[in-house]
Amino acid sequence: MVSNGILNENPIFRLALSMCPAVGISTTVMNGIMLGIAVLFVQVFSSCTIAAIKDYIHPRIRIPTYTLTIATWVTVIDLVLAAYMPAAYKEMGIFVKLIVAFAIITMRLEMFACKNSVPSSFWDGIGMGLGFMFGMMALGFVRELLGMGTILGYDVLGFRPLLFFVLPAAGFFCVGIMMAMFNYMELVYNRKKRG
Amino acid sequence: MQMKKKGVLFPVVFTIIGIFFLAGCGSEHRFVKKTAFKDANSIVIEFAGPVDEEWAKNSGNYSAFEKPDPDIQLKVKNIVLSPDNRQVTLVFEDDLNSKEPHMLTLNNISSEGKSLGTAILSVKKIYLGYLFSILIGAMIINNFVFSKYLGLCVFFGTSQKKSTAVGMGITFTLVMVVSAMMSWFLYQFILVPFRLDFLQIVVFIGLVSLSVQAVDTILRKVNPALFKAFGVYLVLVIANCIIIAVPLILADSNYNALESLMLALGAGLGFLIALFLMSSVRERLELATVPPTYRGLPIAFVVAGLFALSFLGFSGMTIF
Repeated sequence: MVSNGILNENPIFRLALSMCPAVGISTTVMNGIMLGIAVLFVQVFSSCTIAAIKDYIHPRIRIPTYTLTIATWVTVIDLVLAAYMPAAYKEMGIFVKLIVAFAIITMRLEMFACKNSVPSSFWDGIGMGLGFMFGMMALGFVRELLGMGTILGYDVLGFRPLLFFVLPAAGFFCVGIMMAMFNYMELVYNRKKRG
Repeated sequence: MQMKKKGVLFPVVFTIIGIFFLAGCGSEHRFVKKTAFKDANSIVIEFAGPVDEEWAKNSGNYSAFEKPDPDIQLKVKNIVLSPDNRQVTLVFEDDLNSKEPHMLTLNNISSEGKSLGTAILSVKKIYLGYLFSILIGAMIINNFVFSKYLGLCVFFGTSQKKSTAVGMGITFTLVMVVSAMMSWFLYQFILVPFRLDFLQIVVFIGLVSLSVQAVDTILRKVNPALFKAFGVYLVLVIANCIIIAVPLILADSNYNALESLMLALGAGLGFLIALFLMSSVRERLELATVPPTYRGLPIAFVVAGLFALSFLGFSGMTIF
């Protein structure tokens, strides 16, 4: 169930949801990890909340309920990050608050959490959150290595190969190329299976 | 019937705009007629009547700072009073950054022996030009899609055909302006006075869904033809992160009503421009031979990257 979120239904590369942070702030691995943790937190807690109270929600008001639940948990993580990690919070800027508008979280609540028990929703949330984190880290890895020659702030290459990759515009190229890679992998896999 | 409705609607709209306008100007002092930047390092203050020389010459009565940095007080080097005592020129030690609005506090203005209270003024460049620069800034220079990388899900979802793109863009602009103004009002007059600003995320997202629902209902009754054309996009508007980002930016930068209106309008029109450009390219891409692994979204991302690069050319541009 956890690996489902990471590979088959990877939120960034396969479902093509919540693209904004993937393009905007995946400039370093650290940024990817930080936002990944924030999303993981919000996803897991809102999944659990919805799974726990699903019997009391009238179906006609379920979407507003989801939105408010997510908004509450986003406020929590927003205040926590601002208090304990001001530097990282400043780097991510408005994107922490924008987790509230991530389609991926609402989608998981609608598709999974409102039909399943608390423990399985918990694991589903972990899988989706990790999938998002993995995607952000992969993008951050490529962009940090190519743009600044460092990984996690440590100098690896000793020079800066392509400064272009630090520019947010390169985020579009990276996501596009990575998506194509995932598509290619699927193509090869299907061809093999067919013999 | 249609005419009659319009006749009722317009005065209401104007009254609302008028209220916003008054609210926006409320912070200025009635004794101060005009403030303006002069040269590189001075500010000119024009009073409605003569002020006392003793008060005017005391530099302790003035304090000034740039709006974004309230901690850094600017030092006054020299004060020049005009012969009729109606105009004061403050000369500062360092050059002023006239792009940013400056906050100027005049303690206990005294005129002909009477005290007229303390005035807190914001000194800006020509106001209309400033508003226009916010509009153009949000629309092109800091285009929300290509320079701030927001609203991408909907951007890639609805940019396949030109007609869809235009419909989405117009609907989005409409809802954007309505919800941004509502959330500005709520933030400035309810959340801030009651110190509830930590609730901004919950309140803004609720307000956005509410205004989408409201526009949906009103449009359905008032103009069914328009609703048929644009109704489908209304649901998508709520999934767009620009619509929640703009109120958050407004809350952070403390804009007044007109500035907020301009930013919201700019954000909406900028999204429209981005959608139109993108859909024009994607209509052509349908006919091109694209490698199978790149078909669909990946190639759209590469195209968007090229657009973002060209929009990078606008960065750092200033108007007025």
